[in-house]
Amino acid sequence: MLDYVIKRLIQVVVVVLLALTVVFFLIRLSGDPTALFLPPDAPREQIEEFREKLGFNRPLHIQYGEFMVNAVQGDFGQSLRSREDALPIVLDRLPATFQLAISSLLLSLLIAIPLGVLSAFKRNSVFDRISVAFTVLGQAVPSFWLGLLLIYFFAAQLHILPSGGAGSVVHLILPMITLAAYSVARFTRFTRSTMLDVLRKDYIRTAKASGVPTFRLVGRYALKNSLIPIITLVALDLGTLLGGAVITEVVFAWPGIGRLLMQSLMNRDFPIVLAGVFIIALIYAVINFVADLLYAYVNPQIRVK
Amino acid sequence: MTVNFPKVPHAANTQPLKSKKQSAVAAFFSNLMRSWTGMLGFLIIVLLLFISIFGQWIVPYDPLLADFGKKLLPPMTDGHLLGTDQLGRDIFSRIILGARISVIIGVTTVLIAGTFGTIVGIISGYFRGWIDVILMRIVDVQLSFPFILLVLVINAIIGTGLRNIIISLAIGGWVIFARVIRSEVLALREKEFIIASVATGVSRIGILFKHILPNLFTPIIILSSLQIGTYIIAEASVSFLGFGVQPPEPAWGNMLNEGKDYIFSSWWLITFPGIAIMFTALGVNLFGDWLRDTLDPELKGE
Repeated sequence: MLDYVIKRLIQVVVVVLLALTVVFFLIRLSGDPTALFLPPDAPREQIEEFREKLGFNRPLHIQYGEFMVNAVQGDFGQSLRSREDALPIVLDRLPATFQLAISSLLLSLLIAIPLGVLSAFKRNSVFDRISVAFTVLGQAVPSFWLGLLLIYFFAAQLHILPSGGAGSVVHLILPMITLAAYSVARFTRFTRSTMLDVLRKDYIRTAKASGVPTFRLVGRYALKNSLIPIITLVALDLGTLLGGAVITEVVFAWPGIGRLLMQSLMNRDFPIVLAGVFIIALIYAVINFVADLLYAYVNPQIRVK
Repeated sequence: MTVNFPKVPHAANTQPLKSKKQSAVAAFFSNLMRSWTGMLGFLIIVLLLFISIFGQWIVPYDPLLADFGKKLLPPMTDGHLLGTDQLGRDIFSRIILGARISVIIGVTTVLIAGTFGTIVGIISGYFRGWIDVILMRIVDVQLSFPFILLVLVINAIIGTGLRNIIISLAIGGWVIFARVIRSEVLALREKEFIIASVATGVSRIGILFKHILPNLFTPIIILSSLQIGTYIIAEASVSFLGFGVQPPEPAWGNMLNEGKDYIFSSWWLITFPGIAIMFTALGVNLFGDWLRDTLDPELKGE
């Protein structure tokens, strides 16, 4: 087990470093950003001075080496716009993103697990069919469009919720629903199919035959045994949730990392982009790491391999 | 190993008779008729393809023609079925032409990502060794970064436009093909008819082309049909965020992006392009699910 943990930890580090490397070279190969900050008729000396100051005039591999050495120490340089250190700017936005992602996750679990269990238990009933239809539809609706529809109904028409921004619980409602929708669809579908598998098992049939009440049957025997694969899927899906959070944040002007990353990409403010990619890759890799450990803990076959 | 029943397994495997081909088409449709969700998906895809091929002759207006006297007309006014946008352009015409952009992006990306990923998967799974280790490490690393973010960052850096969004999606998408095809090849290598062919002295390349490739057809088709929907939604998301396909090109994503500024006054701008995306994704997903359940019953229900 320890071998496995160490192997996976090394992988986390490699993933983050490689993500930084790829983005670094993509950025450098797409041209240096000097032109964006100086007028096109700027005198040659001024351009050279600017390039000198930011280090864009040195050989690429030197720039790369220096960037990586600084990056692993948390120094991504200063924002090209605000002249503040890039990493603290990104870290400042982290709580908002976590707030959105975690509340959406909780909401989707609260809806999806009961829905999936009920659906499986009442297989082929009207309820089951409606719930399956919703999960199929839910996976086809792009989250940003759902966000726009919610803004239209609750902000533009009913005037009961704000269309964007942050600051209170009220601001969280619409982005939370938007981000949760896709996960609800996926988790419900998965809970249903896992439950169906469990319900087919002999011990459930035995319990049923010996007269265990339905409620107890679900709670005590069936749900308990299907919870493990569900938790694993949820952990593996957290990354997708994080990706969805970026889009949701932009739709609702939610002040998280995703919106910051988008704005920095638009402004070509590359130190912030690199710091943002670093943090996102790190979070994502750590989540995957924890999910894998969870999975290995549950499934001994993997531990041995 | 001395397996000694020459030729029979792969001879039976590689000579489809003509009548067999015809019955395959018949079987396809009779199977499809039995599943209304698969049928619905199939019909949506046929409609989508029809629109994207013949769209330019169906549209009532020039989708790029601005008419400021007619801006923000609600649906069903003045001959505009779905109304007009902030520049007075006909929304119905723009959605029809947008279908072609979605289809081109979905199909081209699948072709590029699928071809590249399949080649990598075959090399990895068939030849194994150090090259397999390296390739799969790359796949692992890339799979541990959110797909949509990867596409977004790459597209924002290499630049927008139809060609670059396809490149960005393909860079983000090939790994799934590589991973799945590799495991298919690994499973195929262990099959008796392959072992028998090796024993009868068929060359490695011969086995690859005669036996491995034809048997990869089904998983490739299933995966492609499921991935097209992912690519179409990803493109719409990226275009909605202001990258990807740029205005005035009528992509559904950037129509929603332009329309969101008028959300408080003109609901139709943000409604119809979204419905188009939803139906497209729904059709492709339903058909893909049906195809998977039919061709590969083992995978049924994920």
